[in-house]
Amino acid sequence: MTGVTPAVVAEHGLKTDEYQRILEILGRPPNLLELGIFSVMWSEHCSYKSSKVWLKTLPTTGACVIHGPGENAGVIDIGEGLAAIFKMESHNHPSFIEPYQGAATGVGGILRDVFTMGARPVANLNALRFGDPEHPKTRRLVAGVVAGIGGYGNCVGVPTVGGEVNFDPGYNGNILVNAMTVGVAPVDRIFTSQASGAGNPIVYVGSKTGRDGIHGATMASAEFAEGTEEKRPTVQVGDPFTEKLLIEACLELMATDAIVAIQDMGAAGLTSSSFEMASKGGLGVELALDKVPCRETGMTPYEMMLSESQERMLMVLKPSREGLARRVFEKWDLDFAVIGRLTDTGRMVLTMNGETVGDLPIDPLAQAAPEYERPWVPSPSRPEIAAADVPPPKDAGKALLILLGSPDGCSRRWIWEQYDHMVMADTVARPGGDAAVVRLHGSSRGLALTTDCTPRYCLADPERGGAQAVAEAWRNLTAVGATPLAITDNLNFGNPERPEIMGQFVGCIEGIGAACRALDFPVVSGNVSLYNETNGQGIPPTPTIGGVGLIEDLGATATIAFKSAGEAIVLIGETTGHLGASLYLREIAGRRDGAPPPVDLAAEKRAGDLVRGLIAQGAVTTCHDLSDGGLAVAVAEMTLAGGLGATVAVPGGDLPLHAWLFGEDQARYLVTVAADAAPGTDLEAVLEAARQAGVPAQQIGVTGGSGLTLPGTAPISLDRLCAAHEGWLPTYMGC
Amino acid sequence: MKAAVIVFPGSNCDRDVTVALRQSMRTAGGGEPTLVWHKESDFPTVDLIVLPGGFAYGDYLRAGAMAAHSPVMKEVVRRAGKGVPVLGICNGFQILTEAGLLPGALMRNAGLRYVCKDVHVRVESSQTVFTNKYETGQPLRIPIAHHDGNYFADEAGLAALEDRGQIAFRYCDPDGTLDDAANPNGSARNIAGIFNKTKTVLGMMPHPERLADAPLGGTDGRPMFDGLVEALS
Repeated sequence: MTGVTPAVVAEHGLKTDEYQRILEILGRPPNLLELGIFSVMWSEHCSYKSSKVWLKTLPTTGACVIHGPGENAGVIDIGEGLAAIFKMESHNHPSFIEPYQGAATGVGGILRDVFTMGARPVANLNALRFGDPEHPKTRRLVAGVVAGIGGYGNCVGVPTVGGEVNFDPGYNGNILVNAMTVGVAPVDRIFTSQASGAGNPIVYVGSKTGRDGIHGATMASAEFAEGTEEKRPTVQVGDPFTEKLLIEACLELMATDAIVAIQDMGAAGLTSSSFEMASKGGLGVELALDKVPCRETGMTPYEMMLSESQERMLMVLKPSREGLARRVFEKWDLDFAVIGRLTDTGRMVLTMNGETVGDLPIDPLAQAAPEYERPWVPSPSRPEIAAADVPPPKDAGKALLILLGSPDGCSRRWIWEQYDHMVMADTVARPGGDAAVVRLHGSSRGLALTTDCTPRYCLADPERGGAQAVAEAWRNLTAVGATPLAITDNLNFGNPERPEIMGQFVGCIEGIGAACRALDFPVVSGNVSLYNETNGQGIPPTPTIGGVGLIEDLGATATIAFKSAGEAIVLIGETTGHLGASLYLREIAGRRDGAPPPVDLAAEKRAGDLVRGLIAQGAVTTCHDLSDGGLAVAVAEMTLAGGLGATVAVPGGDLPLHAWLFGEDQARYLVTVAADAAPGTDLEAVLEAARQAGVPAQQIGVTGGSGLTLPGTAPISLDRLCAAHEGWLPTYMGC
Repeated sequence: MKAAVIVFPGSNCDRDVTVALRQSMRTAGGGEPTLVWHKESDFPTVDLIVLPGGFAYGDYLRAGAMAAHSPVMKEVVRRAGKGVPVLGICNGFQILTEAGLLPGALMRNAGLRYVCKDVHVRVESSQTVFTNKYETGQPLRIPIAHHDGNYFADEAGLAALEDRGQIAFRYCDPDGTLDDAANPNGSARNIAGIFNKTKTVLGMMPHPERLADAPLGGTDGRPMFDGLVEALS
């Protein structure tokens, strides 16, 4: 354990001033093991050193919040004695290097964050960003990531019910894989990582420790450059079968009173989990590393402490319950080993065959973790584009077909059919709608779930983009009839040491915070992924929002599918024809400029509350939010989902037609009202309710027929729409 | 009716099929399926044994290959030999072929990818304990979710299945027509499920338990459970 030279310090990603702080804390030079521990604990990934000052500005409290950020996952009260526990986390760097295992272990890690707290996972979602479809690596990355997510989630038996995907050259060198898990637990059976009781045994359960994933957290805290593929050995390998066993064994033990504290071994493995439990309890910890179950012989303490082998948990047990716990884990054929105990020394003491190999103070290490107020510059604002300055298409119908068949506008069926989205037999609304709906087992209530972000908006204006991501998540939950409750955020950015990147981060945080406050939609958990950058080229700012809402009565929901002919199609919300940074501008006009649509949070709230009320009262059973591609794309998706056509009337007013059809103004929905609706829920009543709420609403068309007729175009058959929409991804993937 | 659901450590549809069975059993006057752990070599006398979907022991080897040699399967094979009805769904079907209770094998899907979606299957015979609530020729909408559902048997084996009326379900169009486009995984002769010679063992890739409850979007799976309870009570 010698050889801590300046070069070794640098290899561990520690800056000179950070190393100085280590010397001050220890009063001596660290040995290699201790240096390794400092490096992972102070890595960006584990310490949030660049982001913490800004994260503190986000609203994290609310009537439903039980545990906000700081635990393994956020916990909210969903009534009837139940809590929803959820979080989203990135696995970007590993997925680029080794797409199948990187994505698979991303799913495994976020599942553990959720069941660690006592919840049975009930749904997975994801948000994926890939590079240009024409980039030579993209196809292989799509295939690997999708197979990896499916391979893990399908085996574990948790349905993957929703997600989103974008393609953009900005991700050529750094794809994003953000995975979200939602679990449900009784509110009085929630477990945390706060250890207590000096002398209590520390127990290791799950898979054996191998040499995989060493320094994964450090890798995830650095930019990529040439030779990134050489980092492949730092990517972990997943074993979903063992994860399944671990879920069942942990939940079985959690039903007893044996567990004092529990923490999964995620990034920085044994180091981070033991540190965190002791630190939160104000205690110390002694670990006998020779007791750690190892997959390989001859593993050093350094390797054991820094391994990121998957499917492992650390628990503090009540001493009298050791035998009970051992029986549960042996039943499930999992390793179970007492590897240490809690102490009152406030130190982490590591021994190997009786010899002390590391000795670190816990609190100073945790508290002295660097926290930076990094310099930032605001992102330059882009000029608004007037609709009249954007050329109209030669043929609006053809433009629609292009948008529907574009990489960002096409159907994601090829992806979600590779995910088991029905296992657990509670999936009420499957992928393809505005939000997935999962029934709370054995009840008629449900959770609505969505992931959202529009990176091109965030790049054009981080603050608007951040607010829009939250607003769209809120709108998607509303569109199925749910009451939005809370979010998890997964903030993906480039190198925070560059002031312009930090400026994007600050802008997005400000937008997210403003939207969360206005919509009463607090942040209860999250994850920050920085250094998504290759050869100095950062990704577009991508703050993915995972939203959770509650449906009190699954009998009163809405889907995007048109249900019957002759229904009035009503546009809710104000249309100004905003084309800046729109899908139309990019795909039809070939331009990426302009400011993104403004986000009027008060209007968003008015429109959403109106729509939710209409769904609850049964006046509306078809509803779709308007987003990429605007009204025309939304109505086309509704025809395809229902297998029923529609005719859209020529709008009044002086807006250019293409701006009306393809503009991406926010806070808008399309709903339908039955022709034979009873008074009180008929068209007149819906329009009157909108007037009362101060929300613009107008009938724009009627359902019926076997094609879609837009103003000024010939009818387009559903077959043609379907071929355009469903065709791109399978064709691109070559099958 | 008394039913046992076999639980392998990697089963993940055990709860789903238990819920579906329980619903039918309650309608018929009560009872609760018994969950039997894979390490058990004996379990109470039952009228029906169900092998649920999932990944029995991870299926890192051929799907179902290890499960076929588990302690509980020795007893399942023995009971099947005595005529106790056995229903294997998805991974359960794979285990039944590996255990030799059903002929043929389930290979990797022709498209090489996992597929989860609703498909249609045609009921080939309503004259069995499993299918008595359906009409012969009736198309059902039932989901599949598997990576290895491509049914294979040699030509002689397929001919024997046809001759003895052992084909239970075939992938079809919504109107019941058989064609290649309706075949989601490349199965020989669009086979989605088969019986043993005595029609007391059924293996099928589609998941009837997933569409046995109206809020989930369909109930075509429900008559299978209702029919079993009625026939075996």
